[in-house]
Amino acid sequence: MNLHEYQAKALLAKYGVPVPKGGVILAANDIHRVVGEVGGPVWVVKAQIHAGGRGKGGGVKIAKTAADAEKAAQDILGMTLVTHQTGPTGKEVHRVYVEQGANIARELYFAVLLDRATSRVTLMGSTEGGMDIEEVAASTPEKIVRVSIDPVTGMQPFHARKMAFALGLKASELKTGVPLMLAAYKAYMDIDASLLEINPLAVTKEGNVVALDSKIVIDDNALFRQSAIAAMRDETEENHAELRAQRASINYVKLDGDIGCLVNGAGLAMATMDLIKSSGGEPANFLDVGGGAPKERVVEAFNIILEDPNVKGILVNIFAGINRCDIIAEGVVAATKEVQMKVPLVVRLEGTNVEEGRRILADSKLAIIAADGLADAAEKIVSATRSAV
Amino acid sequence: MSILIDADTRVIVQGITGAQGTFHTEQALAYGTKVVGGVTPGKGGTTHLGLPVFDTVAEAVEATGATATGIYVPPPFAADAVLEAADAGLELAVCITEGIPILDMVRVKRALQGSRMRMIGPNTAGLITPGACKIGIMPGHIHMPGKVGIVSKSGTLTYEAVEQTTKAGLGQSTCVGIGGDPVNGSPFVDILELFLADPGTEAIIMIGEIGGSFEEEAAAFIRRSRIKKPMAGFIAGATAPPGKRMGHAGAIISGGAGTAEGKKEAMRSAGIAVADSLTNIGATLVNLLLGRLPPTRSARPRRRTG
Repeated sequence: MNLHEYQAKALLAKYGVPVPKGGVILAANDIHRVVGEVGGPVWVVKAQIHAGGRGKGGGVKIAKTAADAEKAAQDILGMTLVTHQTGPTGKEVHRVYVEQGANIARELYFAVLLDRATSRVTLMGSTEGGMDIEEVAASTPEKIVRVSIDPVTGMQPFHARKMAFALGLKASELKTGVPLMLAAYKAYMDIDASLLEINPLAVTKEGNVVALDSKIVIDDNALFRQSAIAAMRDETEENHAELRAQRASINYVKLDGDIGCLVNGAGLAMATMDLIKSSGGEPANFLDVGGGAPKERVVEAFNIILEDPNVKGILVNIFAGINRCDIIAEGVVAATKEVQMKVPLVVRLEGTNVEEGRRILADSKLAIIAADGLADAAEKIVSATRSAV
Repeated sequence: MSILIDADTRVIVQGITGAQGTFHTEQALAYGTKVVGGVTPGKGGTTHLGLPVFDTVAEAVEATGATATGIYVPPPFAADAVLEAADAGLELAVCITEGIPILDMVRVKRALQGSRMRMIGPNTAGLITPGACKIGIMPGHIHMPGKVGIVSKSGTLTYEAVEQTTKAGLGQSTCVGIGGDPVNGSPFVDILELFLADPGTEAIIMIGEIGGSFEEEAAAFIRRSRIKKPMAGFIAGATAPPGKRMGHAGAIISGGAGTAEGKKEAMRSAGIAVADSLTNIGATLVNLLLGRLPPTRSARPRRRTG
């Protein structure tokens, strides 16, 4: 789950990380009040969307008068912002954050994240702040500093000093820099984050260290014990079909192709997408219907797939372990009748109760194309979709 | 022959009285697994499925002589269950549970350093030695005792490889699901090391997916290994878009790392024959065994001396 910048900063501030004074605008009639409360002399007005690259897309503006700040907020609120992370359709801006501008001397990068290679929480820093850190990692990997944290001790002040010196903080800047990093780590652990990024971490001309922008991602698996964080979820930022799928315990990711897939197992679902592509088609989605799926969930999976107007055919690929082919088949039949399927449907069943499943499909007398094996299934759905165009 | 578990392995089930624990214990018993008891705190002294239930893992181990456990407890309690298993002196814990918080696994992983217990999973279909012992949720009937060791991040993709090697008449020595989470008990390298040392495993299939670097580490390990066995591989997720989590918590391409192509390249350079489609994982291995593929330096089976 992603947090907005303003939510991340409020959390960081609670843990003692210095952030500029700011306020969030949720509706046009908040603008005047928030700009006034934040106060100048310089205002930074920022679109709040779950995507990076906002500045380049015109979603961040600097104002030197309250009137200009209000005008900038009016322009940004409701605009459709297109960045390299939003895709070509962009995202509509529903929330705007206004904060005091800082007197920046240097911009650094600091993050707390999971290092999968060591299975440990790791601090990552760079003197190249304000830039896309993935670009820095690719072009100048020597400018990235990592400090691994042993879970037995947790983060200690020496870890922070190691990072601070590597980032070139001066002795006078350590006073705010070291506690800031320790506080960020504590926040990361407390809120079950999987990424806590401060970029840029600015050193001001007054010698203070302050978090100017922040991105926090929360581990979805931990939301059951993070109810306060879970309540910050902004569902308008998420894909409607993906949300609907989540509520039905279905893993769904929308893609750009025209062949819908309904599969059990994440690995098999990915491999099915790959197979469609290598057979000359384009997958419309990733969909893992999960283990032990009841009939209703299978029907809902069909509904979600068919919500996508691009879908011109559906491939059902099931290798039933905990699932049962007969239940999947009943779901397929029920869905086909319920939603009045107008696109070709190819079904490949294997595993537990496969004979029963195949019999149910055959007895239904519906226009379901049975596949004999995986390769056959992929070929059949690709050719059926092409001829339907 | 096999790795980790065989017909004599005595198994307990943590969470045995829950719906998942009950169903899969019945399946394991029907498969012939020596399940000797279960653990559900507060239900000690009762019996379930004809097996004794204990309050603690330590009591279960003392009373039954179990050396392995299958863990089916819900995510909030799973890390605790794994640590309890280690504390009780078990040798093997197979954690089926999906959805454990990552930071819980970071702590568990550290706590198991230096422990005698090996952890498989979490978020795995489990572990099976065909015809002998099954700790997990895979359908037993598709397996056949044989000579291919299979190690995989994905349950259903393992079933595909199992079916293909069964149809080819090769069968499996042991199938191990390492699970789809970013932090797990045993990455590919740990399992490959066991397969290479097992005389009953004559060939290996490794099935990976996008995200992380377990596959690259495995390829580097295979390249360095002095013992060589014919090995085929497959990677799922070539068409997955970057930055999107594909079902498994670990299956996400970030910052250009963890791509399918990068993993396939690493595997090929280690002499692993990479199947181009999930339909021909078994055929790729068969071709390798029959010498139909151009033999690579490290993939050629080498005769052992002595």
